Amino acid sequence: MAHRILSLLLFASIVSAAPKSSLRVKTNGQNVEHALNRLTFGPRPGDAELVRKMGLNEWIELQLHPERIAENPQLAEKLAPLKTLESREYKAFPKDDESKRAIRQMVVELTQAKLYRAVLSERQLEEVLVDFWFNHFNVFLEKGAVRWLATSYERDAIRPHVLGKFEDLVKATAQHPAMLFYLDNWQSVSPEFGERLNRARKGKARVKGINENYARELMELHTLGVDGGYTQKDVEEVARVFTGWSMGRPQQGGGFRFVVMAHDKGDKTVLGQKIRAGGMEEGLQVIHLLATHPSTARHISLKLAQRFVSDTPPEELVEQMANTFTQTGGDIRAVLRTLFASRHFWSPEVQRAKMKSPLEMVASTLRGTEAELRNPLLVARALEQMGQPLYRKQEPTGYDNTSAEWLNSAGLLARMNFAVALSENKLMGVRIDTARYAETAKQMGGPEFQKR
Amino acid sequence: MLNRRVLLQNGALSLFGLGITPSWLTRAVGAPSATGGKKILVVVFQRGAADGLNMVVPYGEKAYYQSRPNLALAQPGKEKGVLDLDGFFGLHPALAPLSPIFADKKLAFVHASGSPAYTRSHFDAQDYMESGTPGVKSTRDGWLNRALPEDAKASPVQAVGLGPVLPRALAGSRSAVALNSVREFQLRDHMAAKEYERRYGKSVDAALQEASKETFAAIEILESVRRAGYQPANGVQYPKGKLGRSMEQIAQLIKGNVGLEVAFADMGGWDHHVNQELLLDRQLKEFGAALAAFYQDLGPRMEQVVLVTMSEFGRTVRENGTRGTDHGHANVMMLMGANVSGGKVHGRWPGLERDQLHEGRDLAVTTDFREVLGAVLQAHSGQTDLARVFPGYSYQGAMRRLLV
Repeated sequence: MAHRILSLLLFASIVSAAPKSSLRVKTNGQNVEHALNRLTFGPRPGDAELVRKMGLNEWIELQLHPERIAENPQLAEKLAPLKTLESREYKAFPKDDESKRAIRQMVVELTQAKLYRAVLSERQLEEVLVDFWFNHFNVFLEKGAVRWLATSYERDAIRPHVLGKFEDLVKATAQHPAMLFYLDNWQSVSPEFGERLNRARKGKARVKGINENYARELMELHTLGVDGGYTQKDVEEVARVFTGWSMGRPQQGGGFRFVVMAHDKGDKTVLGQKIRAGGMEEGLQVIHLLATHPSTARHISLKLAQRFVSDTPPEELVEQMANTFTQTGGDIRAVLRTLFASRHFWSPEVQRAKMKSPLEMVASTLRGTEAELRNPLLVARALEQMGQPLYRKQEPTGYDNTSAEWLNSAGLLARMNFAVALSENKLMGVRIDTARYAETAKQMGGPEFQKR
Repeated sequence: MLNRRVLLQNGALSLFGLGITPSWLTRAVGAPSATGGKKILVVVFQRGAADGLNMVVPYGEKAYYQSRPNLALAQPGKEKGVLDLDGFFGLHPALAPLSPIFADKKLAFVHASGSPAYTRSHFDAQDYMESGTPGVKSTRDGWLNRALPEDAKASPVQAVGLGPVLPRALAGSRSAVALNSVREFQLRDHMAAKEYERRYGKSVDAALQEASKETFAAIEILESVRRAGYQPANGVQYPKGKLGRSMEQIAQLIKGNVGLEVAFADMGGWDHHVNQELLLDRQLKEFGAALAAFYQDLGPRMEQVVLVTMSEFGRTVRENGTRGTDHGHANVMMLMGANVSGGKVHGRWPGLERDQLHEGRDLAVTTDFREVLGAVLQAHSGQTDLARVFPGYSYQGAMRRLLV
């Protein structure tokens, strides 16, 4: 009950601050439910009523401006003890036991925070988008230094830009040591520099010279898309552009560093455009070129539409979103506003048509039963069983945004077992009021609740 | 997928649970018959880069002893010496349980095999080996998933990865199940199970309905296996530890005739930069014992099985300054099965002299791992579309003689 009063209070303070919206959507029960399903990690009891009171358009506009939403004090209370969330350590840890513990603590707290925020935050759309963009610019926690860089990666490279300019996201991820390490660009050096290094390193592992991994994924996954109209030659040229985009030696404190000596000194040509030799400036120029490219506008619009609308969004919608993207220089908030204003988003056919990811399923279950989240780590284990270990998607592709990604036996079984255990308060780390929610929790293992 | 309604209406599963297998069910799920049962491929991944040079030791090479003054294993017949395989290679003594299988010609090695990718990152190298596309990071699915037959009647447990999360190698569009253990794969609340089954069966979402059918069929099949209990044959005891447990479960599934075609298990802890001697000895004891137990437990059922082992890369030829080895290049793969051309160390040996080494320090790769896997898939699993399994790779057939 305390939760409900609290959220009522929060909403009351929000209503007065609610901005006028340019959206024109009818505030009816079906639309409210749909919006809550898509813009949040699932409605809590009473949420629908509050949105109706505020007006659907105003509520959406507010979610698009998370800085105007008073945050849930319960969340602040949960996050306060998680000190490593604020850690600015980029440096490598020595291989001793104390460091191992420190790194483990970072991983633990990052995981805890993710679940606390998904369940408790009032800025739900922002959390949904942090999840979406992290997945789009995926890094894998188990790859070496990423273990202690992921906290900063999410906090500094992803979170500040989730509703901002797409180009800023590309730039921030390109320069973050987590991405530089994950896709190997930190060791990509011009062939000449590689030769020099190798002469000095007789008998030791050789430096390879150019590494194309980041250049390829930057175009294929992060910006243009696989059919975005680039060639192998473009991959090679972009790889040359990003030679020297590196990180300080881990022992010396990490962090992004442009190593002039390692940079390829020649002119380059990317997508038919000449990039004059210009050191680090070349990379920024290429990021701008890629981030504002029409193929990128389409690719990003399609991915967002797949997340928010349907596995196969109508061409007309993707085109409208891509137009907004281009007109606004890649303003994500504007693109989303176009999406939410579209009749395709509200079409009855797409409502309840998306399979929830395990994170969405678990968070919506906990929100829907007003569960008290005592130990998120144990809940994270359930996510593992469902096939979504947090921060541990190995491939740079991230998870697919379509339903098929989650239709598998072990995953469905884990979802049902999760719901049953929750309904009987047998799930470690979580408590619900069984008198009120046992039956609801059990229902949540059923087919309807796997969809949003 | 398996037609579960037929199974249930005939009450077959209850019989099945008692070890009585009706003939039509035999056909459906591929238990052994006069013509031999469905072929089963078992893949064991040694995560962390096992030291192949100290597993299958080139004791005939002077350079081996020069490069590893502290870590080299003695020649056969000497104290703590290797077990001779062919007059040039010898087996680490901790792998002794495997040597009778080698003598019996059911066990073979392919030395100097591996991935052509130059990376020395565990993560990248495993990723490449499991996707089956060295050098390409954005491959979504794994080679083992692509190797699965396109068969609408396949069992819901045709492909199983032992562990909580489906391994990268098994990820993909064809149905594959992550199985922590046969015991855990169940809905603990039977009332709820019935209710869920009814509701999912009526789901308006066709894909979800279909997936749930597979889920409940898998639950049911594994329940029959579980209820039958399991006692390894021939008094075999699996060693303690993750690999032993995994191998026992795979044997249980094979003998439970559930339609298994592919199984994947892994064992970590091979990354021995420091004090390798003791650590490797312990690892190999578990590794050898688990695989030997599996072989003996299956007995005649090994006719159906080929087991392949792999590791993301090998280790440096030279030992390092801390009595360990660092990340290298080529490694050794192992094949076990009744139809393996065993008792041999296959592959072209590139030598360990300085000028024979990859980048002057590592064992060179002379056999691409996809040649080994391709040969097994073609000859054993009947998978002929290797261009699909290994996109971008032109299969040479270099290891065609690996299977008889």
